[in-house]
Amino acid sequence: MLANKLALIKLGDWLILGLSLVVVLSLFSYFWLSPAGQKLIIKRGGVVFLSASLTRPFTVAVPGPLGLTQVEVANQRVRVVSDPSPRQLCVRQGWISHEGEAAICLPNQVSVEIVGATRRYDSLNY
Amino acid sequence: MTVLTIKPSAEDHHIAYMAALAIVLMLMEAALPSPIPGVKPGLANIVTLLVLQQYGLRAAAWVTGLRVVAGSILLGSFLTPGFMLSLSGALASLAILALARYLPSRYFGMVSLSVLAAFAHIAAQLAVVSVWLMPSVNVFYLSPVFALAAWVFGLSNGLIAAYLVEGKFDATSST
Repeated sequence: MLANKLALIKLGDWLILGLSLVVVLSLFSYFWLSPAGQKLIIKRGGVVFLSASLTRPFTVAVPGPLGLTQVEVANQRVRVVSDPSPRQLCVRQGWISHEGEAAICLPNQVSVEIVGATRRYDSLNY
Repeated sequence: MTVLTIKPSAEDHHIAYMAALAIVLMLMEAALPSPIPGVKPGLANIVTLLVLQQYGLRAAAWVTGLRVVAGSILLGSFLTPGFMLSLSGALASLAILALARYLPSRYFGMVSLSVLAAFAHIAAQLAVVSVWLMPSVNVFYLSPVFALAAWVFGLSNGLIAAYLVEGKFDATSST
C-alpha cells in the first residue's frame, strides 16, 4: 500500500522535491541564521550620530527635525521605542538583531542599522 | 425579433464543472482556521492540475480565472488586496505550469507540477506584498516559512492529484 503511494512520485519529482528543499533550507539559513551583528550605527540626516556596541544595554534619544527618537538596546538587540513619525513604521518594526537589518524613521531622518565585523552589503534600499 | 442562442460546447461544460469544484474547495478552505496568516493548503490548485492534465492549458487558465474571480466575489474580497494576492499567485502558477507541462511526463508527474506551481505562487505573492502592499517591511524575512509551506502543500496537493489521475478520477463521467 505504501509502496503503491510512493509510486505516485516519479524520478524527476524526487529531483524537484530535493532542489526545492535546498531552496527552502538556503532561505532559512540566509534570512534566519545570518550572524548576529555586534555593532549598531545610528544616523541622523545621513550623518553618523552614534556608533555603539550591542553588548551593553542603554537607551538614547536622537533629536531630529520632528522631535526625539528614542532608541533602546537590550539583550544584543535594538529597537526604536518611540518616534514622532506619523506612520510609526520604525517603531512597529520591533527588535532587530541581525547584521544588515535596519529600522528607518524617515520623517525624523533617523536610522538605526546593525553592522557586523564585515559589511555584507554596500547599501540597502527600502 | 431574433433569438440568440449560445450553444455551450462540451469543453464549456467541463470548464464550468471544474471551476465550480475549485470554488467549493476555495470556500471550504476559507472557513478553516489557519495557524499563520496567508498559509493555506490551496486545495483548489489540485483542480487546476487535473484540468491541465485532462483538458490542457487553455481550460486550466479558464478554470483558475473563474475560480479566482467568482470565489472572491463569494468571499466578498473582490478587488481587495487579498484578491490581488490570489490573482498574482494564480497567474504566476499558470505561467510556470505553461512551461513545466513540457517536462517529460515519464519522469515528472503531478508532484513536480504542484511543487513548482506552489513556489511560483508564493514568490509572486511575496513580490506583490514587498513592492506594492508593504514596501517598508522586509517581508522576505518571512520567506522561509512561506517556502516551507509551499513545499509541504505542493507535495501533498501533488500526491492527491497524482492519486486522482491514476485512474480514480474521471471528470466526464461525473458531470
